[in-house]
Amino acid sequence: MAKVPVQFRLNGSDRAAFADPADNLLTVLRRGLNDFGPKYGCGQGTCGTCSVLIDGELRLACLTLAASCEGASIETVSGMADGPSLHPLQNAFMEHFAAQCGFCTPGMLTAAKALLDRNPNPGREDVIDAIAGNICRCTGYEPIIQAILAAARTLPAQRRS
Amino acid sequence: MPLALRVAQSLSEAAGILAADPRVTLLSGGTLVMRDVNEGRLTDGTLLRVTDPAWRQMQVSGSRIELGAAVTMAAILANRELAFLHAAARAVGGPAIRNMATIGGNLFAGTPYGDFAVALLALDAQVMVLAGYGSARAVPLEEFLAGRARGESRLVAGIQFNRPVAPGDFRFLKVSRVKPKGLSVLSIAAHLPGSGSRIGQARVAYGAMAPLPFRARGVERALEGKALDAAGIAAARAAALEGVQPVTDAIASDWYRREVLPVHLGRLLAERG
Ligand SMILES: Cc1cc2nc3c(=O)[nH]c(=O)nc-3n(C[C@H](O)[C@H](O)[C@H](O)COP(=O)(O)OP(=O)(O)OC[C@H]3O[C@@H](n4cnc5c(N)ncnc54)[C@H](O)[C@@H]3O)c2cc1C
Ligand code: FES
Ligand code: FES
Repeated sequence: MAKVPVQFRLNGSDRAAFADPADNLLTVLRRGLNDFGPKYGCGQGTCGTCSVLIDGELRLACLTLAASCEGASIETVSGMADGPSLHPLQNAFMEHFAAQCGFCTPGMLTAAKALLDRNPNPGREDVIDAIAGNICRCTGYEPIIQAILAAARTLPAQRRS
Repeated sequence: MPLALRVAQSLSEAAGILAADPRVTLLSGGTLVMRDVNEGRLTDGTLLRVTDPAWRQMQVSGSRIELGAAVTMAAILANRELAFLHAAARAVGGPAIRNMATIGGNLFAGTPYGDFAVALLALDAQVMVLAGYGSARAVPLEEFLAGRARGESRLVAGIQFNRPVAPGDFRFLKVSRVKPKGLSVLSIAAHLPGSGSRIGQARVAYGAMAPLPFRARGVERALEGKALDAAGIAAARAAALEGVQPVTDAIASDWYRREVLPVHLGRLLAERG
C-alpha cells in the first residue's frame, strides 16, 4: 500500500513523515517522528494518555487519522517545557506529587494546558471536567486536581483577569 | 489489502463514492471508525475523508436550525443560540472526544452510545440524506434510524429541526454511574410544548432502552393535554415502560434499566422549566 506524506508543525518545528493511509497520529508521532511524549494506553479513546493539542484543541492522537493533520499545528507534552524551564503545570505536578508511575501524566498535562489556555482562572469543577477523559490508576486524582489549581494561581496576573 | 484512503472535496462527490462501493467507510470525527481500525475490526476497504466546509456549517439564528453533519459536540457547546442542546452535547464523552465527535456520527453509534441522537429524536429532527449524486432528501430521524438498523449506508449531509418555543420546553437527562463522564445507564430527552400550562404534541425519546434510540409514544400520549402536575407526571410514569427492550451490559442489567427509568422520567418532568 502506497504511503501518504504528511507535513505539520510539531511543537513549533516543521516536520514531515510518510504514513500508512489509515495510520493514527499517535503512531506517526511515536514511530515516525520519535516523539515519545504522548503514550499508547488503550487505542480506544478511553484513557487519554495520547492527548495532544491540534490547532489549540484537545484531541486524542490514537483516534486522529494522521493524514487529516496535514498543515496543522500540533503540540505535545514534549514541547511544554521551555528549554530547561518547566511549564508552571509541570512544576505544580512535581510539587503536588501529581505523578506516580507517570503513565497518565502526558495526557493530564495536555488536558490541563488546554483548560488553562482557555480559562486561566478555573474552579475545581472546571478542572474535574477538563480531565474527565483521562484515567489515572495511581494518584486517586486529588493531587492532580490540586496541582492544576495551583498552576493556575502561578500564572501571571494579567492572564487571570 | 490494507486500508486505503480517499479524500472528497464535496459532499456530492463523497455520496457518489459511498454509493458506488460498499467497502468504503466514511470518516467523520473518527472516534468510532479509528477505534475499529486500531482494534483490527476494520482492516480493508477504503476510508473516505470529506473536506467540504458545508459539512461543518451551522445555521442557528432563526426558528429552523440547520446543522452540518460534521458539526462537533464542542461546536454545539460553543454556541449560545444552542443552549437548549448543551446538556445533550456535554453528555458525550470527555472534552477531547467532544472536540472530535460529530452529530452525524452520533446517529450511527451503537447503544449505549447515541446520547445526542436521543435529543434530536425528541426534536423531530429531519436528516438530510444524500444517496448518490443529486440533492439531499429530508428523512425523519425515526425512519432514518430504522433504515440504519437494516444496514442502509447513506451520506448524511446535515440535520434540521425547529427551535423549541420556550427553552424550558426541552429537557435532557443522561444517567451514568461514573461522573462527569460515563456510559449511559439510560438517557431521556423530552420536548414538551406548552410545559408552562397544558402540553400539546409532546415528544419523548429514550437512549439505551432498546437497540436504537426510540420514541416513547405511550408517554407522549399520556402527556397530551395534561399539565406537568402530580397527576400528569403520574400518568407519564405509568406509561414509561411501553415498548422498552433494554439490554444487559457492563453498565446495567435490563432489569435495573426498567426499574430506574420511570423514576428518572418523573424527575425530568418535574424539573422547573
Ligand atoms: C472514549 C469514548 C467515549 C464516548 N462516549 C460517548 C458518549 O458518552 N455518548 C455517545 O453518544 N457517544 C460516545 N462515544 C461514541 C462516539 O464518540 C460518538 O457517538 C460520536 O458522536 C460519533 O461520531 P464520530 O464523528 O466520531 O463518528 P465516526 O467514527 O467518524 O463514524 C461513526 C460511524 O458513522 C458513520 N458516519 C459518520 N458520519 C456520517 C455521515 N455524516 N453520514 C453517513 N455516515 C456517517 C461512519 O461511516 C461510521 O460508520 C464515545 C466514544 C469514545 C471513543
Ligand atoms: S491511547 Fe488514546 S485514549 Fe488511550
Ligand atoms: S500516575 Fe500512574 S496512572 Fe496516573
